[in-house]
Amino acid sequence: MTEPLLKIRDLRIDATVYPPGEAAREIQIVKGVDLDLQRGKVLGLIGESGAGKSTIGLAAMAYGRGGVRITGGQVLVNGRDVLTLRDSGLRRLRGNEVTYVSQSAAASFNPSRRILEQVTEAAILHGKFTRQQAQARAIDLFGKLGLPDPERIGQRYPHQVSGGQLQRCMTALALCPEPDLVVFDEPTTALDVTTQIDVLKAIKDVIALTGVAALYITHDLAVVAQVADDIMVLRHGEMVEHGATDQIINAPRQDYTRALVSVREIRHDEQPPTPTPVLSVDGISARYSGMHDDVLSDINVALSPGQTLAIVGESGSGKSTLARVITGLLPPRSGRIGFDGHDLTPAQRQRPRQDLRQLQMIYQMADVAMNPRQTVETIIGRPLQFYFGLKGRQRRDRVVALLDQIEMGADFLDRYPAELSGGQKQRVCIARALAAEPKLIICDEVTSALDPLVADGILKLLLQLQKDRQVAYLFITHDLATVRAISDSIAVMHRGKVVRYGPKSQVLSPPFDDYTDLLLSSVPEMRPGWLEQVVAHRRIEAGGE
Amino acid sequence: MRRIPLAALLGLLITGLFFAAAILAPVIAPYGPSEIVGDVWEPASAEHLLGTDNIGRDLLTRLIYGGRTTIFVATLATAISFVTGTFLGLTAATVGGWVDQVMSRCVDVLMAIPPLIFALVILSVMPVTMPVLIIVIGLLEATRVYRLSRSVAVDIAVMDYVEAARLRGEGRMWIVFREILPNALSPLVAEMGLRFIFIVLFVSTLSFLGLGVQPPAADWGGIVKENKDGIVYGIGAALWPAVAIAALAISVNLIADWVLSRTSSLKGGRG
Repeated sequence: MTEPLLKIRDLRIDATVYPPGEAAREIQIVKGVDLDLQRGKVLGLIGESGAGKSTIGLAAMAYGRGGVRITGGQVLVNGRDVLTLRDSGLRRLRGNEVTYVSQSAAASFNPSRRILEQVTEAAILHGKFTRQQAQARAIDLFGKLGLPDPERIGQRYPHQVSGGQLQRCMTALALCPEPDLVVFDEPTTALDVTTQIDVLKAIKDVIALTGVAALYITHDLAVVAQVADDIMVLRHGEMVEHGATDQIINAPRQDYTRALVSVREIRHDEQPPTPTPVLSVDGISARYSGMHDDVLSDINVALSPGQTLAIVGESGSGKSTLARVITGLLPPRSGRIGFDGHDLTPAQRQRPRQDLRQLQMIYQMADVAMNPRQTVETIIGRPLQFYFGLKGRQRRDRVVALLDQIEMGADFLDRYPAELSGGQKQRVCIARALAAEPKLIICDEVTSALDPLVADGILKLLLQLQKDRQVAYLFITHDLATVRAISDSIAVMHRGKVVRYGPKSQVLSPPFDDYTDLLLSSVPEMRPGWLEQVVAHRRIEAGGE
Repeated sequence: MRRIPLAALLGLLITGLFFAAAILAPVIAPYGPSEIVGDVWEPASAEHLLGTDNIGRDLLTRLIYGGRTTIFVATLATAISFVTGTFLGLTAATVGGWVDQVMSRCVDVLMAIPPLIFALVILSVMPVTMPVLIIVIGLLEATRVYRLSRSVAVDIAVMDYVEAARLRGEGRMWIVFREILPNALSPLVAEMGLRFIFIVLFVSTLSFLGLGVQPPAADWGGIVKENKDGIVYGIGAALWPAVAIAALAISVNLIADWVLSRTSSLKGGRG
């Protein structure tokens, strides 16, 4: 075997954390990781947040972000230990031999300079190419990445191209100086599913065409299965499993990997709709003040008691606005909302307390949905006191009972939100909603900020609670896998309209309208070769028109 | 009990001494505040530790009584400025809309006038008594507190947990005092330390100009005024109140820093 391009031996990385108001302390982020990457190969690094995958990726450039210190081990790029390099050596390494593609291209481009200038800058500075050569190469890369009008797109400013295009421009930026290694740090995570697929395909093609080696960092196993030759699974800064993509997906050896692969295997049998819905939205149109276009136009959906209606769509489709209309934060321009046999007052402030109690909400970001200065007992106990007048001992007992239901214990009573993990925070939010004994809970992207395994646990909990307490969910999400797992009926939204609506089995079976088809086929599947199939399928369809 | 950092301990000690001296002034002061006990500007001696002032009163006694006045006025004025400023600022941020606009623009108008000149104008038409002085200074400083608390609260008012409380149907008072105020406290506490010192300086300035505390009572600014002519002859009597002001300013801010780091902890200040 030839000498690998990137060779990491016993890498150890520490960081000092400064919790506000407390003494600083040391934590280990990476605890002795070994890794080899051959020329022209792609290695996927996968793990939940905090697994140390981005930190390892940046260590390949001898960079420690925000107070992170590389304390031990070797990182050899082309046989040279980059951890011993001084400033001038590091400058030759970064942006030249090793380049980086970050999660948010929008935050990484300088908004006041043209794209082409920024894409060619590193190659010119490092003296690899003359300006003309670099620009020709950039235009060539724009073409290979499937960007429209490659000759001229570089003359635009970053805000003049879409998010998916900008992410591809950033890939061009990373590839322009002909690096040996590119570190991709979650390059498609912030994109909509329908956009993700194009960017993913573009990245995969350009890697094959240029023969560059890559570290591909992501938390989504289905995504990494499409681009990587090998996969390394990380957890808590240690390697769990390392193997060929096929082996990891089809024959995982470790329990943790098996759990990752089998995630989203929740099944929920669809219930038929009942004649009297708990929530009915009739002809709702809404717009924000000062805007001239409707954000929602003529929405009609209904939700039966104890069932789940999933609202699906990409960002900007109006699904969260619909939640704001139902909760009364944004009174609609026209239409009515029926709830539990009567019409809801449009504005939240005028609604009777009974209606407020029976309609609860759970948010995407559990961190900011709880007051950081209140203990878990206060957070869950307040609705009990507010709606039912429970006090003291009674209230405490009820809070403990609720904590039991969300599979947490009485020892969490005195904790503050900052002392909880991401999944526990979301559970407390669920308990707060349940405390009001609602008939309907609006769940706004409640699992999208969570790691797959944690999200799985939350979904199972929600289903269990639905079974026990007959509460209905209006489940807003962009994630079709979640929709499949838990819904009874589905409404697909696109540009403020419901384009498809009905029971789950009906919505998810052909014949599809164009948008639903696009959305469904864009959900990454955990099998190598899926990406090519989808893209080929789309080409045929496009050619047939 | 958690360990108190050395700086905060020092701050607590010095501030404690100042406040104790203020409260116990009649007990610890060696002479009466208006008692003429010696010659003009006597140097320091065993009888008069800091010497005597421009008409022969014991300077240490004057300083202790002056501190009593200064601290009393500044503490009450700070309290008034914080209660009104914070309450109005948080309310404006929570209610929003035209209420916020009207209140904020009124505050802008008040702030456009230099506070010292504003205070001089008001105090020259009003009888200069202690309550008037305290209320005028308190309300003038409240505009600064209003601005700070409003801008902090505006950011907090859009958080999901505030929206959750609104959706629950909570009243405005709960939202202001239970959801927003605890999260706005850190910057406000830091501000309070600074504001207290600004008010001490403000009172002293007014007294120095003759529109603050009226003789024969004196605060530290008044003592500077009485003894300022001595500086020309190399007599340092006017410098002692300045030292007192500086020492109080630093020690109060040491405490404010410590309280700030305690209250910004999101884990209830534990481990």
